[in-house]
Amino acid sequence: MGRLLMKVRLQEKIKPLWRRFADKELLARGIFLLSALTAILAVGLICLFLFARGLPAMGEIGVFKFLLGKNWFPTETPPVFGILPMIVGSIYVTAGAILFGVPIGVFTAVFMAKVCPKPLYKRLKPAVDLLAGIPSVVYGFFGMMVLVPLVRSLFGGDGNSILTASMLLGIMILPTVIGISESALRAVPGELYEGALALGASHERAVFSVILPAAKSGVMAAVVLGIGRAIGETMAVKMVAGNQVLLRMPGEFLKGVRTLTANVVIEMGYAEGLHKEALIATGVVLFVFILIINLLFSVLKRRGAK
Amino acid sequence: MKIGKKPKDRILSALTWGCAALTFSVLLFLIGYILINGIPYLKPSLFAFKYNSENVSLFPALMTTIMAVALSLLIAVPFGLFTAVYLVEYARRGNRLVGLVRVTAETLGGIPSIVYGLFGALFFVVWLGWGYSLLAGSFTLAVMILPLVIRTTEESLKAVPDAFREGSFGLGAGRLRTVFKIVLPAALPGILAGVILAVGRIVGETAALIYTLGNVAKMPENIFASGRTLALHMYSLSGEALHTGQAFATAVVLLVVVAGINALSAAAAKKIAKR
Repeated sequence: MGRLLMKVRLQEKIKPLWRRFADKELLARGIFLLSALTAILAVGLICLFLFARGLPAMGEIGVFKFLLGKNWFPTETPPVFGILPMIVGSIYVTAGAILFGVPIGVFTAVFMAKVCPKPLYKRLKPAVDLLAGIPSVVYGFFGMMVLVPLVRSLFGGDGNSILTASMLLGIMILPTVIGISESALRAVPGELYEGALALGASHERAVFSVILPAAKSGVMAAVVLGIGRAIGETMAVKMVAGNQVLLRMPGEFLKGVRTLTANVVIEMGYAEGLHKEALIATGVVLFVFILIINLLFSVLKRRGAK
Repeated sequence: MKIGKKPKDRILSALTWGCAALTFSVLLFLIGYILINGIPYLKPSLFAFKYNSENVSLFPALMTTIMAVALSLLIAVPFGLFTAVYLVEYARRGNRLVGLVRVTAETLGGIPSIVYGLFGALFFVVWLGWGYSLLAGSFTLAVMILPLVIRTTEESLKAVPDAFREGSFGLGAGRLRTVFKIVLPAALPGILAGVILAVGRIVGETAALIYTLGNVAKMPENIFASGRTLALHMYSLSGEALHTGQAFATAVVLLVVVAGINALSAAAAKKIAKR
């Protein structure tokens, strides 16, 4: 550090005083400020382009017909655009992912934060990061090759199903759930744990009845972020979910389903006219879901910070 | 296990260990499965210069990936870096703009990649008329990684002790000089860790690219030509029953790249933690 300061001092001596503060400072401030505006510009443009193309289409189709319509026949004459099966499909696979991912993820987070010996932790932490870094196509391919045949042989059907997609998404949200829950658990003051032990609680009792409830909003934030990840996942789901546009009942988890995301990625390549606009409107619905989830997440995070 | 534990405690303890074991065995199984099935197909022919239907070489995809990474970093890193510098070094406390930028960056961070893809297809590909191209794909990716770059840079700038800045000001340096000569060098490892993570996201991305970069199996000759990254290449191969082995091999390459990126990022982050 000392060397660095010395270097600065030397350079200061060379330049005359007036050049140090004049226009360069102002120019730099302007550039930094303009850069800071790009993030706002980006969100603005995304909203503008999605809503300006998607909302009129929704109007043309009819908002209720679009959101609550059970049929999706985009290429027939006249075309029918109802995305209820996809909305319900997205909700099913997301709920399934939470069912698989959250219990396993939270217990693993407890393990990482409160149980795991330190040398082991040093090896497991990078493993969680790796789990987060694996591309979704690789997960999807793994699902196609391993989970689909597994579900087929265990439960029958063709294997491309709500259950398969839920299992795969459950694995994919694990790093999110583990990471955020773990830091929430670590943020709980140590006195709470020690106090519980002093009152005669066992280690498990202290962790599960004192620390976990204290970290509740952090864990909830982890769940909400996991929901966001699951509902927005595209490729992996598309590769294992079967993608039939049919309104499924909750009991039909061995049958295929199409999600909002899959709908966009499957048909965007060849869609024209109103069909394309309807796909953009599908994106708008997804975007609104995500905005609500984000809002929920930041509320929970703020509450956790208090 | 200690003697005299209550059964309830025992169950909880078993669940904790069991779930952790399950998580990490799923990861191990996934990696092992990909490696065992993929490594036999990692032949020199897979790295041939040209792709054709007999030899589905991944070399063009590898080069396209490198180009897409370079181009999107070139766009996103300056903007992200400067944004973070403004937020941390320039904006006053309680500045409304800061709150707004933070909220928008958070929003951007939560948007799923298919929505980025949709936006890129509408804005860069059609509205700006770039077509399916390296440029459109890279700009879409740049928007996507911008929040990540902003957040990690912001955190590492905040981690630089104020004494550094005060010392620099005390010696008569202006704000700009302080930022570039004192604060940024000190925050460099953290920023680098964030940028490397961003590279990881780009390498693994498919949904945002399929309708912006397109999916042509050759190297783009210029920035207005289409191509496909490794992840897109793998996605295409996984749909073809004939090339399952090559898809596994591509998965191996992707896994190796991602593991390397994670290790690099962790090493950079460790460097800043030491100080």
